[in-house]
Amino acid sequence: MKYLRFILVLLTVLLTGNTVLAEVPGPVIPKGNADKCVLPTQEMRLHHMEKILHQRDNTMHKGIRTTKFSFKKCITCHVVKDDSGKAVTHKDKRHFCNSCHSFASVKIDCFDCHASTPTSKSTKSNAGGKP
Amino acid sequence: MNNQDSSSDGISRRKFLAAGVVTTAGVSIASGVSLLSIAQAKPADQSVTDKQRWGMLIDTNKCAKGCTSCVDACNHENGLDRGDEQHSRPDQKAHWIRKVELKDKATDHTVSLPLMCQHCENPPCVDVCPTGASFKRKDGIVLVDKHICIGCRYCMMACPYKARSFIHEELNNQLDYAPRGKGTVESCTLCVHRVDTGGTPACVEACNTAGHKAMYFGDLKDSNSDVSKQLKIHSSTAIRADLNLNPGVRYRGI
Repeated sequence: MKYLRFILVLLTVLLTGNTVLAEVPGPVIPKGNADKCVLPTQEMRLHHMEKILHQRDNTMHKGIRTTKFSFKKCITCHVVKDDSGKAVTHKDKRHFCNSCHSFASVKIDCFDCHASTPTSKSTKSNAGGKP
Repeated sequence: MNNQDSSSDGISRRKFLAAGVVTTAGVSIASGVSLLSIAQAKPADQSVTDKQRWGMLIDTNKCAKGCTSCVDACNHENGLDRGDEQHSRPDQKAHWIRKVELKDKATDHTVSLPLMCQHCENPPCVDVCPTGASFKRKDGIVLVDKHICIGCRYCMMACPYKARSFIHEELNNQLDYAPRGKGTVESCTLCVHRVDTGGTPACVEACNTAGHKAMYFGDLKDSNSDVSKQLKIHSSTAIRADLNLNPGVRYRGI
């Protein structure tokens, strides 16, 4: 009898727990514009910050400008457009980074300085004359 | 036979280039060839090296009074003219290049020149930075790593050229290749995003487009670069040469 009551309580907790979990809506993460990301999605979810951080120091101090983990490439590929076709900024909840970060309640500082949408000017115009 | 001769005759070209020896007149063709290839855009995955030193020569005789092509081009290139900094006074707003007029009081002769970060070899801004945010790249470009800048502004006080600006307010219209933000110090980057891909700074390009051709840019360590050739022909000077900072930006006609 004692055990039966315990099992009953346990079951109730588990069931209600499940119900509660199921009711929490997950983040709606917009899909990127390329076929696939530079790394498997799961790996990027876990380690994207380390990759960006590493690239950040390499670019800033050594002038290494590979595109694989470049921040510019992230925001270019993961651009989200609103109904009028304009790219949404990081202040919008539909923004790729913000969609997950607002859900996880993790503040992003990147966009205090970095553009959160690709700027129209192409890097090709930077070619200029040879020094 | 002295050592210099033996280096041009005895050692194979491959060994010579690998050793990175750039000296004698006897090997000028070989060293010229190797340096010319370095002066091209480096591969994106390779680090900058101290085999180069980017610099500039400004001929004040050709710099037109009242012309602000270089300043405008700089502001446009780096996103300084995108309508941010609404609350800052004009003297608080970011300026990466200033047009300065100098007057010789004895003769009343005036010269006009653009003044920006002089990319010193011994930069005082780097000496005083408490966090290491202000740093010099191996190729001589002096930058602020805004990721670690705490906005103390010591570098602004240390710079004898008044070349740095502090951002007082939130910015919203940055360009994706030129990040800038509140609470950090910034200055001329010598258009590092262009230089790394084999380009020329926007100010130099604008000066050429305007027809003045008062600015020369290139590798100071490459004797075949535009700037080195010009420096060799006529005398030039550094502003505040007495400070022994050895700036990468030199001036002619002052």
